[in-house]
Amino acid sequence: MKVLFLAHSEADGSLGKAACEALTAAKGLGGELMVGLYGAEVQKAADQIAGCGAAKFYGVAGGEFATARYGSDASACEAMAKAAGADMIVMPSTSRASRVAAGVAQRLGAAVDTRLTGLEAADGKIVATRWFYRQRMLGKIERDARPWLVTVDSGCFAACEAAGSAAVEMLNVAPATRTTVTGVIAPAADAQTIRPDAKLLLVAGAGWGKTQPDGQKHLDDASSLILSLLAATQCSLGSSKSLVDQSGEGAALPFLTHMHQVGQTGSTPRHQKGLATCCHGEEPHVVGWRFIGERRAINLDAGCGWAQGKADVLYVADAFAVAKKLAELLK
Amino acid sequence: MKGLQIVVLGSIVPDPLQTLEPIAGPTGPALKNELMLPAVLDPWAGHALYEAASLAKKVEGKVYLVALGPKAKLQQVMMNVAQKVPFEIVVLDGPAGGFADATETAKALAGAVEKIPGLDKSKLLVFGGWQSASRGTGAVLQMVGEMLGITDQFQGVDELVLAEDGSFTVLERIEGGCYQKSACQGAPALLGWATGNLPEPPNNPQVGMQNMRLIMPALAKATPSPLKGEGLRYASVEVPSQRRDTRIVKDAPVDDIARELADWIRA
Repeated sequence: MKVLFLAHSEADGSLGKAACEALTAAKGLGGELMVGLYGAEVQKAADQIAGCGAAKFYGVAGGEFATARYGSDASACEAMAKAAGADMIVMPSTSRASRVAAGVAQRLGAAVDTRLTGLEAADGKIVATRWFYRQRMLGKIERDARPWLVTVDSGCFAACEAAGSAAVEMLNVAPATRTTVTGVIAPAADAQTIRPDAKLLLVAGAGWGKTQPDGQKHLDDASSLILSLLAATQCSLGSSKSLVDQSGEGAALPFLTHMHQVGQTGSTPRHQKGLATCCHGEEPHVVGWRFIGERRAINLDAGCGWAQGKADVLYVADAFAVAKKLAELLK
Repeated sequence: MKGLQIVVLGSIVPDPLQTLEPIAGPTGPALKNELMLPAVLDPWAGHALYEAASLAKKVEGKVYLVALGPKAKLQQVMMNVAQKVPFEIVVLDGPAGGFADATETAKALAGAVEKIPGLDKSKLLVFGGWQSASRGTGAVLQMVGEMLGITDQFQGVDELVLAEDGSFTVLERIEGGCYQKSACQGAPALLGWATGNLPEPPNNPQVGMQNMRLIMPALAKATPSPLKGEGLRYASVEVPSQRRDTRIVKDAPVDDIARELADWIRA
């Protein structure tokens, strides 16, 4: 069996963590391993994993491939996959790779499964694990078809470390596209609230925007408390849909967007720890917390269906008061 | 640019508030009481549909919704969705569940798009959700695009700004809460929408009546699209049991709680 690990280099030419994890998944399949890399420059990335045991390194590089763009990335991946003639193709689930993976599979006539959380070969069969219905069910699947292209979620495999010196066979690819990437819009460093690599996820629920015991809403206080916690912990911020929707109507926290949303209609982030504040509701929230290791929650309802049995510790307390004190302690 | 044809690909999913339980069906896994579960338009497909309608209104365009699902359930959901925005529906009668194969789904959808009368690919924008609340592969749209010969594709789109000459700019979500901004020369293109920027439109009974005049005949002549799932085997499907022993801390002073949390965060 031929296995091709296919990934893009980062802006600095290196291979990202998610890609190194996907490489481990590819290696775990056994068989003859090959590597395909694309980006502005790929030698640095190839050297980073030179000792991974790959029999061959392919590369597509140049200014045309510097940015994430469907037309150019798909052409690069297609060319390397055809050159390798692999039975299995493993890619990371980064936004860039995910944008093209299924399209590349279609060009290759390959079967495709995305966002795998497990991939193993046993008894001559390859079994892939992925979630269904927004992380509510876990399924194990097998396929007869080859080639089979899969993408692997970050956080499921250890990152491969195998630096050395790799000889890369460069392929010439002429992408057909009418799209130009004109830039990246990123929040200012001090306004960054989504941090995928943070140890802690802080989730703000709808309770922050509700009327408090004095009969008033305290949105300004809520904003400043949440921001001070973010500043003190450098954690990542998530939110429930209801609070984000309130924010969109100008009624709640101004810095929240739909990108903060976790749960049924949002993301399912992976962090070592999670602290939920003022969150209620059951299944949708559980979905958002599926991949959080240690979970704690603060809310006023000891019988809260979401926290009971889902969190490790539930503090029945006023989140405003706890957050204020906590921010002071962590400064 | 006048006269854009915007084809939205989207179907139904179980209401997110429902508890879902897998069972073994005759052709593979299915949901317990699947046909009894209340259904809604997939949230991401909904965003795509509302964005399509908003854009079509600006450019005197037309919106088609191509939906693959059990037609009885589609009819129920359309009673509500039809009241939101004007569109014409193309119905494929087949499974809409999360266990269907993405490639087969894409083939059925691409075939239906190709058959839309008067389709002009030079004016075609294909919309859909970049994810779904069922299978969630984020794969179907890309494959449909490839099958239709569309190689300008965008995923995780939150904003599309169309210029007079038909070119447009797109904001796509990337890691870390950032956006990638791209410029495209124009149709044909494919966009997988994240949430977009529009709220769910209020119900408009007049729009509903206009839509239903086309929806009912479309449902009646729905193309049967059974998906066989050949070559795809499910070794298991289960709901993970992850019940934790929750320690409840009640009536504790705020200072103590904060201190305990601070120690936990620092550890």
